[in-house]
Amino acid sequence: MAGGIHERIAARWGAQALEAATTHGLLALLVEPALVAEVARSLKAEFGFDMLLDITAVDWPDRAPRFDVVYHFYSTRDFVRVRLKARVTVEAPVVDTLVPLYNSARFQERECHEMYGIEFRGNDDLRPILLYEGFVGHPLRKDYPKQREQPLVPYLK
Amino acid sequence: MNSVPKHERSPSPLEYLTTKKDEFVGWARKFSLFPYPFVTACCAMEFMAVSSTPYDTDRFGAALPRFSPRQSDLLMVVGTINHKQAPVLRRVYEQMCEPKWVIAFGACATSGGFYQNYAALAGIDKIIPVDLYIPGCPPRPEMVIDGIMKLQDRIARDRHPIFTEKF
Repeated sequence: MAGGIHERIAARWGAQALEAATTHGLLALLVEPALVAEVARSLKAEFGFDMLLDITAVDWPDRAPRFDVVYHFYSTRDFVRVRLKARVTVEAPVVDTLVPLYNSARFQERECHEMYGIEFRGNDDLRPILLYEGFVGHPLRKDYPKQREQPLVPYLK
Repeated sequence: MNSVPKHERSPSPLEYLTTKKDEFVGWARKFSLFPYPFVTACCAMEFMAVSSTPYDTDRFGAALPRFSPRQSDLLMVVGTINHKQAPVLRRVYEQMCEPKWVIAFGACATSGGFYQNYAALAGIDKIIPVDLYIPGCPPRPEMVIDGIMKLQDRIARDRHPIFTEKF
């Protein structure tokens, strides 16, 4: 596929990755959190992944490093996608920001920060983007109570 | 008879009507509802359908939307309201002049619908008084027309004091 770009990436990063597998036609890399920025830089500079599609997280409440931070990259030259994942703990949910590489990371990291509480080291603007100032907690974490409301207007009754 | 000039003759029957002030004012008000569409979500599609020619809310005098709350007297909340929007809705309601009525259009405005989570307000009646609820996800145009007619009946039967307590 696309000149074996998945194979070339796997050859370049497979040794340092914790996992590297092709699922549903895209390459999924699992790396240490400290490697995220470096792998992203390599994907952009060496392999032509010029578009950052998505930054999100997955909460595994019973797992030891509780969160997966998930990135999706797309190459508009080769029309392929790569998924990059890193596992972070609930005590120190920190990864490096990708803002120096992709400006679109600024908003996506803000959303991931407010929804999951992931810290993006180097992103100096992690204000709420969909939520409002004063919102306590991270609503997409599994331990956020489903029915908990934080109204801005006092209720009538 | 013919010697009396025309403009001095006594009026013909039905030149005068006697009525009560509340009935007269109610009759006038119920046919001049100026809606403010606070439209946030997919119910808007149904709102457009009911406003346009096939269903035609103009028949009820409720066709001309005013996009300033100060010029409107019927607040139609069409769609999901979330906590972040709630201060805006409250403010729009407060800016409307008396007399004013509120319709909660659809399941989300009525109760939050199936959005029972951190973001959605579970019914606009938690923050503003609501006169009429129209259920449905989204409501059929017939239900909206039925709702508008019910509100008109209520306005016609209501008291319309010249001085309100808030005046």
